[in-house]
Amino acid sequence: MSGTLRVVATGPLCCLQDLGRPGYAALGVGRSGAADRGALRLANRLVGNDEASAAIEVLLGGLVLHVHERVLVAVTGAAGPVMVDDHPVGMNAVTSVPAGATVQLATATAGVRRYLAVRGGIAVEPVLGSRSSDTLAGLGPAPLRPGALLPVGRARNPVPDTELAAVRAPGVGAVTLPLLPGPRADWFAEPMPSATYTVSADSDRIALRLSGPALARTVRGELPSEGLVPGAVQVPADGQPLVFLADHPVTGGYPVIGVLTDRAIDIAAQLRPGQQIRFRHE
Amino acid sequence: MRVLPSGEHALLIELADLTEARAFADAVTRSGIAGVREIVPAARTVLLLTEPGTDLRTVASAARAIEYRETSAARPPEPISIEVRYDGADLADVAALTGLDEAGVMAAHTGQIWTVAFCGFAPGFGYLIGESTALHVPRRESPRTSVPVGSVGLAGEFTGAYPRASPGGWQLIGRTEAPLWDVDRAPPALLRPGVRVRFVEDPT
Repeated sequence: MSGTLRVVATGPLCCLQDLGRPGYAALGVGRSGAADRGALRLANRLVGNDEASAAIEVLLGGLVLHVHERVLVAVTGAAGPVMVDDHPVGMNAVTSVPAGATVQLATATAGVRRYLAVRGGIAVEPVLGSRSSDTLAGLGPAPLRPGALLPVGRARNPVPDTELAAVRAPGVGAVTLPLLPGPRADWFAEPMPSATYTVSADSDRIALRLSGPALARTVRGELPSEGLVPGAVQVPADGQPLVFLADHPVTGGYPVIGVLTDRAIDIAAQLRPGQQIRFRHE
Repeated sequence: MRVLPSGEHALLIELADLTEARAFADAVTRSGIAGVREIVPAARTVLLLTEPGTDLRTVASAARAIEYRETSAARPPEPISIEVRYDGADLADVAALTGLDEAGVMAAHTGQIWTVAFCGFAPGFGYLIGESTALHVPRRESPRTSVPVGSVGLAGEFTGAYPRASPGGWQLIGRTEAPLWDVDRAPPALLRPGVRVRFVEDPT
């Protein structure tokens, strides 16, 4: 163990995430993990961690951490202010946080989720092989609360020479997402939806909920529940699509019209309520 | 069999019915397919999840070539016993729907071996199929927002037990205290695909 972080404050949701717990779907347990896996991987690489090390996923902002011993951290994902004591520090960069200092993530200005990785990783006990909080199943570490003490693990890899990554900030306007055909595309009049959809406020780690023109079905009847993947665009009875994210249910009984690419899932995980989406062929 | 797309890292195999889906899932589990890291069996389908970089066309060919129609020669596993107190909120409704009385519902539930076909919906939630159609009932018209932990229910051709309190639309016929889900146990789920169950009336 190389130190401890104390959670002083959290915003709407701060939870631990790594790359999840694959391998248990046949028992009804989803993979979970970081909603924006690319951002988590980058944060870990910047501080010389294994890409699957556990970091803190911060929804919008509000995280305040007190650092007991000096640590190296990196913050990736949504664009937003990061302060170490009174000093603003850059995103997508390695930052040394002195012993006794406070790290604050104020509200993101673009995008939705940030990843704070600490060199050594957050070393709480894993559950079924992962430190990810599955907010659908209620599995894994509980979301962080003020007063929580987070142990920091031992760093295993050398600190990389790269100190700063050039990363395009999440877009704030309309976004076009590449969509691969889904297993039930043939259930729909328009297998590649052409309309524009708006992200609803009730979106979360389970799914983006979209509102827009109802997607019309050509096949009537029920679908026996079948296995789902992250990025699946599922269309329930009301025709308003859902885009499943990291905490998606393992199986679902509504048809999936398409599936996002990995890159598009990371983009989707950063979309704010009110942003508009269109789909295009990958 | 149909091979359906499901993104960059998966294929959805659709079979004719539950029996074929179970046979295919068993065959894939026994023989493995190169590049497939895990499978998600369901009522008519088996989702094949692949390692990054796997060529899905190769997986599709291998899936089509799997011999799954021959019945396995292996002896089925011994059934486990699960005790149930048959006092569920929907026991009377199920009695009416099936034309049995409440004692008859219990006798039908305990009088057949049930086999876990697949899991889904929640960790450790198994969908079990029985040996007769006597207890086939529709789901509740309106699901409950919260079903007590350990509730044993019926829906369609399945019986199941809720590992924790959750929303649920099944017809509840009883409750069990069996440890359906224990994250510290290996394996954590008591009811896994292939497990066979004899339900027994709780004697207390």
